[in-house]
Amino acid sequence: MTQPSKNKLIEIQTTADDHRIAKLAAFAIGLHLIEAVLPSPMPGVKPGIANIITLFVLYRFDFATAVWVSLLRVFASSLLLGNFLSPTFALSLSGALLSLAALFFAQYLPRRYFSAVTLSILAAFAHMVGQLLVVRFWLIPHGGVAYLIPIFMAAALVFGVINGLLTNYLLRINPVKLDEDKG
Amino acid sequence: MASTSKWTKPLIGDVLVILFSLVFVGYLFTILWHSEQATKLQIRLGDKIYATYSLAQNRSIDIQGPIGITRIVIANGKARFAHSPCPNKYCVHQGWLSHQGQAAICLPNQVSLELLGGEKPFDSLNY
Repeated sequence: MTQPSKNKLIEIQTTADDHRIAKLAAFAIGLHLIEAVLPSPMPGVKPGIANIITLFVLYRFDFATAVWVSLLRVFASSLLLGNFLSPTFALSLSGALLSLAALFFAQYLPRRYFSAVTLSILAAFAHMVGQLLVVRFWLIPHGGVAYLIPIFMAAALVFGVINGLLTNYLLRINPVKLDEDKG
Repeated sequence: MASTSKWTKPLIGDVLVILFSLVFVGYLFTILWHSEQATKLQIRLGDKIYATYSLAQNRSIDIQGPIGITRIVIANGKARFAHSPCPNKYCVHQGWLSHQGQAAICLPNQVSLELLGGEKPFDSLNY
C-alpha cells in the first residue's frame, strides 16, 4: 500500500471547525435537495426544512457557524440543482440573508421564555420578506405582488412553528454536541 | 433518554409570539385583501392605455386590435369582454369584473381591462 501522503498533490489545511461546518452543511444541503423535489402548492411556498439545521447549529454552536452552514447550503444546493445565479438562487440567498439577520437579533432573546419556535417563526418571516423584496424589485415589479403577501406570511407562520418544534425536538434528543468525539 | 418527553413544553414567549404572529397575518389579510367596488375601467391596447371609462354609465366599446374587433361592455358598475376574436375566449369566459384591482386580459388581441377604484391603496392581482 502506498502512503496517502505521497499521492497528495494539494493539501488543504482544515480545522475541526471546518469539518464540523462541512458535516452540518451536508445535512442542510440534503434537506434542501429533498425539499426541492417535493411539489409545492404555489411557487415560493415551501416548508424550509433546511432551516431546522441552521437553528440547531445556532443553538449547539454559535451564530458564525450558523451563517456558514446556511450560506454554504444556499450556494452548494444551487450548484447541485443547477440554478446558481438564477432567480431561484437569488430568492434563496436573499431569504437566507434576511433570515440570518433576524436570527442575529433573536439569539439574544431570553432562552427561558423563548425557544427555537420563536426563532424559527422570526426567521421564516424574515425569509419571506427577503424573497418578496427580490420578487417586487426584480422579478415582478408590479404592485400586484402585495396580494400574495398574506398567503406567503401565513405559510411562513405555519412552517415556522413546525420547524421550530422539530428543532426543539432535535435539541432534546441530541443533548450533547454532535461531534465532540472526532474533529 | 431519561427525560419523560422528548418534546419540550411550549414556553410563554413562544405562545405570545405565535399569537402575535397570527394577529399580524390576519391584519395583512384584512389590509391587503380588502377590495372595494371599482369606479373606473381602464382599457389597454398593446402597451398603451387605450381609454378610461367610468363604470357609472352603461356603454359598449369596440376596439380594433391586431386580430380583430374586441367588444367590451360596461353595465351596472361592472365590465366584461362581450366578444373577442381570439380562439380560446378566456377573456370572455372570465365574466363580469366589479372589484377594484380585478383584471382581464386577451393576449391574442392585446386588449386588457383593469378596474380602478376611487383611491387605490394597493394594486391587486387576480388569477
